[in-house]
Amino acid sequence: MGLFFFYYLAGVIILTALLVVALRNPIYSVLSLLIMFFHVAGLYVTLHAEFLAAVQVIVYAGAILVLYLFVVMLLNVKREDRYHPQLPIGAFLGLVIVTEVLLLAFQRRESDVPPMPPPGSVAQVVGNTETIGDVLYTTYLFPFEVASLILLVAMIGAIVLAKRDLFEQQ
Amino acid sequence: MTLPLSDLTAVLPELIIVAAACLVLGLDPITPASRKDWLAWLSLVSLAVCAGVTSSQMHLRVSAFSDLVLLDPYACFWKLLLYLASGLTILMSLAYLRTERIHLGEYYGFILLSLCGMMIMVSATDLLTIYLGIELMSLSLYVLAGFKRFEARSLEAAAKYFVLGAFSSGILLYGISLLFGVAGSTRLAAIAAAVGSRGLDDPALVVALILLVVGFGFKIAVVPFHMWTPDVYEGAPTSVTAFMAVASKAASFGAFLRVFLEGLGGLKANWYGLFLVVCVATMVLGNVVAIVQTNIKRMLAYSSIAHAGYALIGVVVAGQTEAEGAVRTLGVSSVMLYLAVYAFMTLGAFAVVAMLRKGGLEGDEIEDFTGLAKRQPLAAFLMLVFMVSLAGIPPTAGFIGKFYLFMAAVKAGLTWLAVVAVLFAAVSAYYYLRVVMVMYMRDPEAVEGPLPRLAMSPAMTIVLASTLAGVILLGLYPNPLVSVTTYAVLSLK
Repeated sequence: MGLFFFYYLAGVIILTALLVVALRNPIYSVLSLLIMFFHVAGLYVTLHAEFLAAVQVIVYAGAILVLYLFVVMLLNVKREDRYHPQLPIGAFLGLVIVTEVLLLAFQRRESDVPPMPPPGSVAQVVGNTETIGDVLYTTYLFPFEVASLILLVAMIGAIVLAKRDLFEQQ
Repeated sequence: MTLPLSDLTAVLPELIIVAAACLVLGLDPITPASRKDWLAWLSLVSLAVCAGVTSSQMHLRVSAFSDLVLLDPYACFWKLLLYLASGLTILMSLAYLRTERIHLGEYYGFILLSLCGMMIMVSATDLLTIYLGIELMSLSLYVLAGFKRFEARSLEAAAKYFVLGAFSSGILLYGISLLFGVAGSTRLAAIAAAVGSRGLDDPALVVALILLVVGFGFKIAVVPFHMWTPDVYEGAPTSVTAFMAVASKAASFGAFLRVFLEGLGGLKANWYGLFLVVCVATMVLGNVVAIVQTNIKRMLAYSSIAHAGYALIGVVVAGQTEAEGAVRTLGVSSVMLYLAVYAFMTLGAFAVVAMLRKGGLEGDEIEDFTGLAKRQPLAAFLMLVFMVSLAGIPPTAGFIGKFYLFMAAVKAGLTWLAVVAVLFAAVSAYYYLRVVMVMYMRDPEAVEGPLPRLAMSPAMTIVLASTLAGVILLGLYPNPLVSVTTYAVLSLK
């Protein structure tokens, strides 16, 4: 049953991801991205990462995608011919890489597969969200703070690059 | 949970830099436009304090934040080099930004935050933390590259850098996630253990290795992942270009060496060949394409690609399994030596380019240097020294850097690689000395009206004097630097 869900979710993710780049109309691209985000959230559920699944839906499907839609609609991007000059080269290189990865994947022996990490025993007791919060503020405190700096840079960077009369006073 | 004090002291320099960055960003709105220099001096003071702290920590080995960060001599060496590069960049920016009319306080905030990302990269022992450091560095650099936002070239540089940088980060992350799948952890020590127990031909490891090489290849700009470099270096403000060419490259090499030697050291036999190919391709393409450039910033961009190729010789030597341990150590330490030397000469060359900026016109075509020796003898002489050093001609530091790298290659039994490198260093002499020829052998065109003013300032004098001193002194007496790099390498596992 779990395997069936995995293949269903993975299949839809690959299909919709391809549609995102293949569709001509940006609105359709964004909508297929939305479907992809939901299925990725589904993958997280099968991995017992309920918190991640919820964040995926709220942040990506909710906030980021709406932002995309706004931009696409505000800029009034019409259907475009994209990628055409480079398509053959890109397709060829992509095919080479896919073949190589597939060859390597099928080369694997059963014994090569690393043991599945045991499902977090803590998670069973105190719950998924609590465990993540606990780890974020103890073990991964340092990277967590660095991530906050990255957000700071992004915020100020957007202002510097976009604010209208920033340079005029000089 | 309480934070032990030792954890905080291990990242004390990072904390100081972040505090200084926040202070600069906070004081900026209440600083009058004519007093933005103060923010630069504030940043420089924080750098000086950090340099003091880091040199006092040079002998320590402290693991902090549940083994995610390691303070060791290796990290301290890179941090000191990064302070130097950032400090000189800030000094050369003062006059340049004013001439360009982009003198904003945020500039210094971004330089400091970017520096903080670089410091995290070189001291982290966990792939996720390294990745976040890379992102912090790159995101600040994307903004800095587009700082001249009323100029199409600068915006093009920022957009290109952003898209390709995000793309390469994605590839890097994919590699990291595969390694996490194999090792069950993103810590380098755990990855090294997993690599040791799983053998060389594990397909997941091979794919992860290739993806990491691609991801880091973008950051250090080696062929075939160099495409973004010329456009970004040309479009970005010159002081930012200098910062990218020196600091971001040094930090990326710092993280890259640690990841490949400490984390993936067990896969030497696999990555040795990869780097050998990349190294030769980088030296050939970087040097040959640099010949046909007419823009000095583009030429220096290709030259920086070529220099990354030379530095990779040391990495190849470190991966040569047949070589003795001492030779491999020499390989790594010569990479560090080379990047330190490269920092001085490249910062100096870019400082001259920034200084020669003409009012209205950028003045970064090689033709703009015509007859410079007659118009600005001092600037021409400085450029001469930096070009000679970049070409690797004694008695400059550039020669010493190349000498140690080639010596490491010969000792590791890779004489042919050293020969190839020498041949292409000779090729590089052609385009470096062409700048010298244009400056000294040709007469300046008759210019009507007064000579263009140089973007000169006392701060710029400090930059030029210290880079000149670095290039000459390290060329004559490199021993202290050599012993520091050797000491730093020995702390790597």
